Amino acid sequence: MDWDWGYAVDSLPLLAEGMLVTLELTLAGSLLAYLLGLVFAVIRQLRIPGLSQIVFLIVEFIRSTPLLIQVFAFFYLLQPAIGVKLSPFLTGVIALGVHYATYTSEVYRAGIDAVPKGQWEAATALSLPRGRVWTGIILPQAVPRVLPALGNYTISMFKETPLLLAIGVVDVLNRAKEAGAETFRVIEPYTLAGVFFLLVSYPASILVRKLERRVGTV
Amino acid sequence: MSDNLGRIISTLLEGVPVTIQATLGGIALTIVLAFVAGLALLSKSRTVRFISRVYVEGFRGTSEVVQLFWLYFVLPALVGLQIVPLFAGVLVLGLNHGAYGAEIVRGAVQSVPRAQFEGAVALSLGPMQRMTRVILPQAVVEMLPPFNNLFIQLLKSTALLFFISAQEITQKGEELRPALPMNDLTVIYTVELVLYLLLAIAITVGMRALERMGARRLGRRPPPRRKTFAAADAGGI
Amino acid sequence: MSEPYSSPSADVMIQFDRVVKKFGDHVVLRELNFSVKPGEFVTLIGPSGSGKTTILRLLMTLEQVDGGTIQVCGDYLSHMQRGGRFVPADERYLRARRKRIGMVFQQFNLFPNMNVLQNVTEAPVRSLGLSKADAAERARDLLDMVGLSDKVQAHPMRLSGGQQQRVAIARALAMRPQVLLLDEVTSALDPELVAGVLSVLKEIARTTDITFLCVTHEMQFARDVSDRVMMFDKGQVIEDAPPEQLFTQPAHERTRSFLHAVIDRSG
Repeated sequence: MDWDWGYAVDSLPLLAEGMLVTLELTLAGSLLAYLLGLVFAVIRQLRIPGLSQIVFLIVEFIRSTPLLIQVFAFFYLLQPAIGVKLSPFLTGVIALGVHYATYTSEVYRAGIDAVPKGQWEAATALSLPRGRVWTGIILPQAVPRVLPALGNYTISMFKETPLLLAIGVVDVLNRAKEAGAETFRVIEPYTLAGVFFLLVSYPASILVRKLERRVGTV
Repeated sequence: MSDNLGRIISTLLEGVPVTIQATLGGIALTIVLAFVAGLALLSKSRTVRFISRVYVEGFRGTSEVVQLFWLYFVLPALVGLQIVPLFAGVLVLGLNHGAYGAEIVRGAVQSVPRAQFEGAVALSLGPMQRMTRVILPQAVVEMLPPFNNLFIQLLKSTALLFFISAQEITQKGEELRPALPMNDLTVIYTVELVLYLLLAIAITVGMRALERMGARRLGRRPPPRRKTFAAADAGGI
Repeated sequence: MSEPYSSPSADVMIQFDRVVKKFGDHVVLRELNFSVKPGEFVTLIGPSGSGKTTILRLLMTLEQVDGGTIQVCGDYLSHMQRGGRFVPADERYLRARRKRIGMVFQQFNLFPNMNVLQNVTEAPVRSLGLSKADAAERARDLLDMVGLSDKVQAHPMRLSGGQQQRVAIARALAMRPQVLLLDEVTSALDPELVAGVLSVLKEIARTTDITFLCVTHEMQFARDVSDRVMMFDKGQVIEDAPPEQLFTQPAHERTRSFLHAVIDRSG
């Protein structure tokens, strides 16, 4: 079987629809991961007896176990549990967001730890309210430094989205599979899918490296 | 508790050997490729560096799931050779994580102080001896913590072998799902995740032991007993 | 390179001929000439940044010259002859030359992945091809000489700086070098450990015919042990004399002010 340019070009519109879905998944999943990860990190930093430890255990458990099984678990368990219909897309976003929040929480934690202790002490000395210490002093110093690491996790997530095929999300890989099933030609669609990931992730990782040079890393 | 707990556990346990085989096979291939490609990234030859860079960026840049589909579904169509699922899985796990490992090896070798290289030159050790006798023994110790993360990442990736029906834990669980009532699903997924967690802890315990050994050999204070809880880090995968 | 600048002579161990070394735009050595006779102990003194350490690093081939030539035992260090032409030296050529030259570093540079004995036997086994037993015997004798016979199996990182430096001296001597380069070997040591290292070096200088090139700030040591002292400034030798003369009647104003500053500092 040889590469067929004509067929490759013909399958592009279908694949492009999937690419769009893949990008949307990554975007939505990342936003959730960024927010939830921050929540995890702050809860752990606050050292609330019981709660901080539980969050720690949940984070360690989720990040030590496969995303695919978590996807299945969310897909088959979450819907009945909350009684609301969840599309595969939304389930995918939640699974990606929660899984990656465990990574981003570590990133935030490192960022928060990197803020000098004197900053906390100065804020205390000025008797600033606790919320203001976080929003006005700690996070503005911690967040810029964690941006490159967050960017890297978004790129990782992007490359993991195709496993949502398992619950029927119609992403680029699913479209490639569809195209292959129709025509019994698999080389072109799967190869194009791979090229798509490379074409997005490689430039993105170069951008992240540039950002790293500008703001430093934690 | 579910009445089917025994059945769930025994079925999922049937998948453990394949998961372990895929993990160990993948780790072995990862180590080989990481060293070959990582040292190639430090080569004096532009061509060698370029080839290695293409491998590293190629496998890091394209999705692991897509790589698995490509190897399992496309390659047979290209060369007319169907690969055994487990073998295909080990190949993809090794090729993918080897690309990440190459950067670990490169970074660790570069982290060995230049003074060590100069000490070896002053004793007129040759380039090969400098690398194998002086630089690598020290660099390997630096590699252990990031390799621990990488191996756990690889273990988690073995679940992707579900897509090619390799009969590992995830596959066993999905086969079991339709046969059991909804109430049992929580049990299935919990047992599955706990199995992976235990395997991840096993990897971490092993790697920590190696870290302590390495630190002793280099005359450093052994690393503190950190949480033995698996400390996976996607590290840009 | 077309012609060698000067012909090698049997009575010269080290010969620098119009050596130029630059780091970027910064010229460290400008057309430097000097020679050292076999068995001579030559100390290089001068302000930091005057290029003393660079000279040792060039001799150890850790740096390459940007101009001129260096000869050791009549062999060119940076270039080799191939088919009657001078070409840049390759690794094999350099390795053979390096075997004649040993170096002791400011920061010791012991290998942390080996114990004391292995540090000393490594190069004789791997580079000279000695049997492990012969190398171990040689190493034990040397470790005995530097007063560390009880530390043979110790890990280098468990030793004091002075002990580490004495291991490094034994390690360099195990190669039976004709030339030994000493690069500020006591600068990283606590003051109370300096004397032990220096007395070991004095003993070696007295009992062997090794040629020494030494960079140090220990003026008393330089005075006691040197056959010749060279004062360096801005990549040039500005004074070259026997120690008694240089330390008591320096001819050059720059030398005088340098010695004043150093001796004032060390009290």
